[in-house]
Amino acid sequence: MPDTPVESATLLTLQDVEVSFTLKRSSVFAKPSLLRAVDGVTLSVRKGQTMGIVGESGSGKTTLALAVARLLPVTRGRIHMNGVDLLSLRGEALRNARRHMQFIFQDPYSSLNPRLRAEKIVREPLDRLSIASTSRRNDRVRELFDQVGLRRDQQRLFPHQFSGGQRQRIGIARAIASNPSLVICDEPVSALDVGVQAQILNLLRRLQEELGLTYVFISHDLGVIQHMCDTIAVMYMGKILEEADRESLFNTPKHPYTQALLSAVPSADLNRRNRQRRIMIPGDPPNPIHLPPGCRFASRCPQVEDRCRVDTPPLVNIDRHHRVACHLVKAAG
Amino acid sequence: MTALLSVKNLTVEFTTRDGIAPVIDDLSFDLAPGETLSLVGESGCGKSMTALAIMGLIPSPPGRVASGSISLAGENLLQASDTRMRAVRGNDISMVFQEPMTSLNPVFTVGEQISETLRRHQGLTRRQAKALSIEMLDAVQIPLPTRRINDYPHQLSGGMRQRVMIAMALACRPKVLIADEPTTALDVTVQAQIFDLMRAVGKETAAAIILITHDMGSVAEMAERVVVMYAGRKIEEGYVDDILARPRHPYTRGLIACVPHLLETVSAERPYLQEIPGMVPPLSDFGFMGCLFAPRCNRVETRCWQEKPKVTQITPSQSAACWNLQEAQVRVDA
Repeated sequence: MPDTPVESATLLTLQDVEVSFTLKRSSVFAKPSLLRAVDGVTLSVRKGQTMGIVGESGSGKTTLALAVARLLPVTRGRIHMNGVDLLSLRGEALRNARRHMQFIFQDPYSSLNPRLRAEKIVREPLDRLSIASTSRRNDRVRELFDQVGLRRDQQRLFPHQFSGGQRQRIGIARAIASNPSLVICDEPVSALDVGVQAQILNLLRRLQEELGLTYVFISHDLGVIQHMCDTIAVMYMGKILEEADRESLFNTPKHPYTQALLSAVPSADLNRRNRQRRIMIPGDPPNPIHLPPGCRFASRCPQVEDRCRVDTPPLVNIDRHHRVACHLVKAAG
Repeated sequence: MTALLSVKNLTVEFTTRDGIAPVIDDLSFDLAPGETLSLVGESGCGKSMTALAIMGLIPSPPGRVASGSISLAGENLLQASDTRMRAVRGNDISMVFQEPMTSLNPVFTVGEQISETLRRHQGLTRRQAKALSIEMLDAVQIPLPTRRINDYPHQLSGGMRQRVMIAMALACRPKVLIADEPTTALDVTVQAQIFDLMRAVGKETAAAIILITHDMGSVAEMAERVVVMYAGRKIEEGYVDDILARPRHPYTRGLIACVPHLLETVSAERPYLQEIPGMVPPLSDFGFMGCLFAPRCNRVETRCWQEKPKVTQITPSQSAACWNLQEAQVRVDA
């Protein structure tokens, strides 16, 4: 991988991506209802960088990630990686594209086949995607074990003989086995103990530097997002409410939801605790099946106005690297 | 400070295939009336076991309380009869669990479940219990409590279920509320609501709270004092502000530093996180006579492998068990 220039090239672009699920009808006469888990998401991810997607449960983060990896059908929109239209790929071409795009799953307990030895799990993508000659593959597995900090004598063990952190290392080795350019990390540390989280986050950072990886990093933990990501998109009920580079988003959050989300995080930093004002947002997110018109956050927004309940605010640029979907911010800017 | 709940030299042992393991090893702490104390540590450090010991719910066999005492307002709970303990649980001490879905009964309405506690412990009639249940749901800010009382747990969101759990736990106005990772399964905005609620209701009922968590942020937010546990032992204790500003035990320090805390202002600089290498030892190693943290410690010396660390009283309120305490320098925020 060449070293990345200051303004590196775009690796992945999403244009107006929508993923919806048809729900079971309540009766034969009822209209089939549609759940838009991801609704019109437009994003671009630059090479060698980390795009963070943050939001509460049910906001559509994972659905979006699965859609990008072509593990879920996309209803509408376009996804390009390295100029290739991912959604039009079929069969062999899709299999080849997968080589460049790998996934790290949240739960290291259920995402590894319990009946395969660790070396076989890591080797599987090499076999499936016919990468390297058969004899070279064993060397590659050994190299991968070194890279993720596992011992070579652990290669023959089964997943249950590893701890959670070690299993996540196996998952990471599997993901980088095919030398991908894009790795989608779906909550890679939220199932791990606090002490182990730091080990995995540091490993991911190190691998990114060494291999020039591009990450799409999904998490509900704002501290982890702040630590890992270069650009961050805040999702709520399938829509992006705010997107900005790391410094703009955390230093000058514009959307009332982002502000509330940031203020809700309990902090061990005494200075921050004394200075910050808690913005409470009442209630739970609305039912995604019967979404009211207008802004999705209107029902919980502390600054809601009448028009928010009628018109959906578009995601507009307020700065070169800062986009916000809120009527109030637009008026202010 | 007169203690409401006092745990003294508590040792709980579990019989495992490899022999007897002390899952709680010589643990002592006091809880003052109305105080919020936090137990912190990674999983497998004995936090939840401590809670179960206080509730008299240690599964036996394989577990048993080997020595020590747990006294609530002067009464030794370890010598109390089963009947007496049944009266204490729910009435004097009650507990909120981590997973609100599995700890509520799916086949009864939430109203029935809250009423059951009230009728059993307070001897209320069906009607009185129902009225009070509605009042409790209202107190935990569940909208339309008269209607919600007839809902089954699956009809409620995660945050609402945890509110119901809190309503149930506080219905009999207990003296001590034990909250075992009450917000781990919840989103941050809902966590903030639950913390606010626990503070408000705790203040109103004057209940003392024991908050079990692994998140130093939650500790800072909720608790006045903290007990840091590692592998069944108390390794540091003190006021939250002191511990956060001047952690003395290497484990406490690691526990604070290894988490990427949300910073007030972000700069372009992003240092690597400080890791605590390795992981909590397995139960079979708990009886080891040296310091159990030694294999993961960056300040380890020969003595740590040989002798169990002595507790050093650093200030009247802060103590730590370590042979090689860190200097009291003020933590530099990463």
